[in-house]
Formats: sequence, C-alpha cells, structure tokens
Amino acid sequence: MSKLNVSISPHIRSKETTTSIMLDVIIALLPSVAVGIYVFGLRALMVTALSVISCVASEFLYEKLLKKPITIKDLSAVVTGLILAVNLYSTAPWWLPILGGAFAIIVVKMLYGGIGQNFMNPALAARCFLLLSFSRIMTDYPALDGVSSPTPLVLAKQGTVVPISDLLLGTHSGTIGETSAIAILIGAAYLCIKGVIKPREPLSVILSTGVFVTLFSLIQGNPITLNYLAVQMLGGGMLLGAVFMASDYATTPVTPWGQVVFGCCVGFITALIRCVGNGVEGVSYAIIISNLLTPIIEKITAPRPFGLRKERAKND
Amino acid sequence: MKQNTPIERLYNGVLKENPTFVLMLGMCPTLAVTTSAINGVGMGLSTCAVLMMSNLIISLLRKFIPDRVRMPAYIVVVASFVTIVELLMQAYVRPLYTALGLYIPLIVVNCIILGRAESYASKNPPIASFFDGLGMGLGFTLALTIIGAIRELLGAGEVFGIRIMPEAFEPVSIMVMAPGAFFVLAILTALQNKFKAPSATNKGDKFCSGNCAACADKTCEIGERSAEK
Repeated sequence: MSKLNVSISPHIRSKETTTSIMLDVIIALLPSVAVGIYVFGLRALMVTALSVISCVASEFLYEKLLKKPITIKDLSAVVTGLILAVNLYSTAPWWLPILGGAFAIIVVKMLYGGIGQNFMNPALAARCFLLLSFSRIMTDYPALDGVSSPTPLVLAKQGTVVPISDLLLGTHSGTIGETSAIAILIGAAYLCIKGVIKPREPLSVILSTGVFVTLFSLIQGNPITLNYLAVQMLGGGMLLGAVFMASDYATTPVTPWGQVVFGCCVGFITALIRCVGNGVEGVSYAIIISNLLTPIIEKITAPRPFGLRKERAKND
Repeated sequence: MKQNTPIERLYNGVLKENPTFVLMLGMCPTLAVTTSAINGVGMGLSTCAVLMMSNLIISLLRKFIPDRVRMPAYIVVVASFVTIVELLMQAYVRPLYTALGLYIPLIVVNCIILGRAESYASKNPPIASFFDGLGMGLGFTLALTIIGAIRELLGAGEVFGIRIMPEAFEPVSIMVMAPGAFFVLAILTALQNKFKAPSATNKGDKFCSGNCAACADKTCEIGERSAEK
C-alpha cells in the first residue's frame, strides 16, 4: 500500500499569478498601442514609454524610500502606465505622462496600501487629475496627416456622420489607444480566451451605454440614428474603458451579478454625461464614480450560501 | 513655562496646540477658503478677531452664565462679534469679503471658537482668555496661510499674487479646487507624523513610545482606543 501523504490545504494550485495576469493585460494592450504609434507617430511611443517608466520608477522609489518590499516585478505598474498612456493624446508635453504616472502610483495606489488595496482605478484617477488640472493640454487632440480634426464623439455631438470603418481601423483623431476598435477587440478577445476577464464585464458596459443613450435621446426628443449609436458605443474611450478598466480586479465587484450592475452603472453615468451633461467623453468619470459604488454593489449582490434561506443570509 | 501667562498662551496657540495642525479643529474653513494665501490670511485674521473678543467677553461673563444655558449664551456672544466683523469687512475690504463669501457668517459655528469658549474661557480669567484667543487665532491664521500659499503656488504659480514659478510652469489647477485642499492638508499631516510632531493623530515620540501595554498614562486616548479593540 502506498504511503498516505498528509499536507495542509490548498492542494490544488492555479498556475496563474499576479505577474502572469498582468502580462496577459500587457499583451492585450499591445495592439492598441501599436495602432496608436502607427497612426500618431513616434510621439505616441514617447508618451507611452514615459508613462510606463514613470509608473514603475514611482513604485520603486516609493517602496525604496519607505523601506518596503519592492513589488515592481509583478508588472502591475507597467499595466497602470500603459493604461494611462492609451488615455492620453500624443500631443502631451513630456512632463504630463510623468506627472500622471507618479500621481497614479503614489497617491492612488501606494498611499492606500499598494496593489489590490486601491479603491479607484489608478490610471483613470490620474487621467481625471490631469484633465481637471490641465484641461487645455488634455483636450488638445492631435492632427492627423497634418489636418486637425476633432474626435468622432465631438463630430457626432455636432451631428456629423462618422464612417464606421474609420472607427474600426483607427484612422481618426483621439487618444493613443482609443482610435482602433479592432485593435481593442483583439485584446479583449485575448483576455476573454485566457480567462483574465469575463465577457459580461465589457458587454454590460457597452450595451447599457447604448440603451441609456437611446433612452436619454428619446426623452430629450433628439433624433437617433444607427450611426450615432455606433459612434457612442465604439468611439472615444468607451471600448478601452469597458475592456481594460471596468474589468480591473481591485476596483470592480467580484460577484458575477455585481459586475453586470457595475457595468450598467458605468453605462448610465456615461450616457448621462454625454447626453444630458455637457461632456463628449465621460467614460473615465463614469468608471471612477462607479468604483466608489463597488463595495455597495458587492454587498447587495453577495451570493447566498447554499442551503441558507433568504432571511438568514441577510441577517448573517 | 508658567501656565496661563500671555506669552505661554500665545506659544500654546500658535505651536503647541495649533488649532489646525494639532487639534484638527475648524476643518471646514481650512479646506474651503484656502484657495490662495491672501484668503487664508483673511479668514485667519477674521476668526482671530472674533476669537479674541468672544473669549474675553465669555471669560468676563463666566460667573453669570448659568451652566444649563451656556451654549446659547456663547453663541449669542460669538454671533454678535461675527456680525461686527462681517459688516466691517463688507465696508472696508470688499474683495476679501466677496472671496470668503458664506464662510464669514459660518465663523459662528467654527469649532475652534466654541471649543476655546467651552474648554478655556469659561474657566479662566479674562486676560489669559484674551491671549488664548489671540494665540489660537494666530495659529489658525498661520496654518491657513501655509495651506493657502502652497495651493496658490502649485495651482496658480503665485504666492500673495506675486509670480514665483517660472513662465514655463503650467499651473496645476486642481490644487485650487476642492481636491487640492485635501491633498495639501493630508500631506502636511503625513509629514507631521513622519517627523513625530505632536498632532491629533500622533502624540509624538516625546510623549509616546508606541508601547501602549507598558504605558502608565491612563489619560492617553490612543491607549484607551486600542484597549477597547
């Protein structure tokens, strides 16, 4: 008879680590970054590189100065840097990604206890910080082929018809990562296949945005065309936010229904900002506001343990 | 230092028990009006004026005010002086009056003023109370000016309206908006804790080694709180 091995749990371990998940997110972001660099030129590469370097260096310096274990090897700072960079315009001056990266890592992430402890998406919080601080620079969209043209969302708000092929291929003005819907969708497909994100997270954001935009337009009596809806759902930071930011582990609910509710929250606030409010974008604000609702959403969508009645579960 | 002398009261108010950085009182005006150094000075000095006079009057009346109605009585005294200050500011420093807006009438409910009335002026003689108010007011002014100057420097590149930063500096306008107040106050408090200066959240090395179990100081709130847990 073979020997009986006694060991403490866990007996089955997943091969996934924080580093492997972060690596998957980086791989998924690469197509968008590549299209950004192709469309906007080497300046986009510089902004991306500076943002990533700033994030990693801030994390390293903060931990070094406070004599804490160095955690830059888990690549989460690289992901933050990349997400921040794809949210910036390639016209950003050199210090903008550096300041944003430092703010994201030090103020939003490290001060709250490092990876997994932040209550808000660091990259998006940094983007909003930059947007509020330097509104002129942050809305200075880059010229394409030497012709300055507004982003599709601005055009759609003015009532212009934007060709969908432009949105898919990315041949329009915008932030570094948001131009090409196809590139983002490739990344999204990769993440879904690898199981890093569940399709319900981005889908609930995008579909609810469509529903609420339609709803608000009907209430206001604005004409609603298929093209307008498509631009709202594909243009701007919508896809990028839905795929890479509304699925962040630390700042969004862990319960399945919670993730759907979270997605609908993001969609509702985005539509509110875009249709009722003055803004053209709004996804970043929608996501960080929804981040704040995450604990409440998790509380109301907590699954009932098997065998417990409803009232019991509530009392526990 | 001898207790309750004018000099000791000034030292106590400005440094030892600075109302903003150590007692953490009066947070509402601290966060709301410090968008520039001059606003900080204005708010601080108007609070200081009210604080001095209300401490003096409350101390003089301390034997006549019945204990059960002392709060309304204090409020009446404080509100009178706030009204005087408000009307004077409206007449003579109009720009500051418009900049501070609602926060001038709100001095009535400033916790520093009621706190000093309750904890000091109602128990001590008039002269000491007057200097207690002056010290606290100057401490408040100092704190507000520091916070205001930092926010103005980063948010507009100026201090007291004088350009400090080079032309190439792009103002970080979030610093003069509401979040900037929280950033600056939090970072100043963090630095205070770092250098172990006494504050509401940190009694400092001088007073506390952090070893609550072996501590004989039964009045210490930190120990009480950790014991409750």
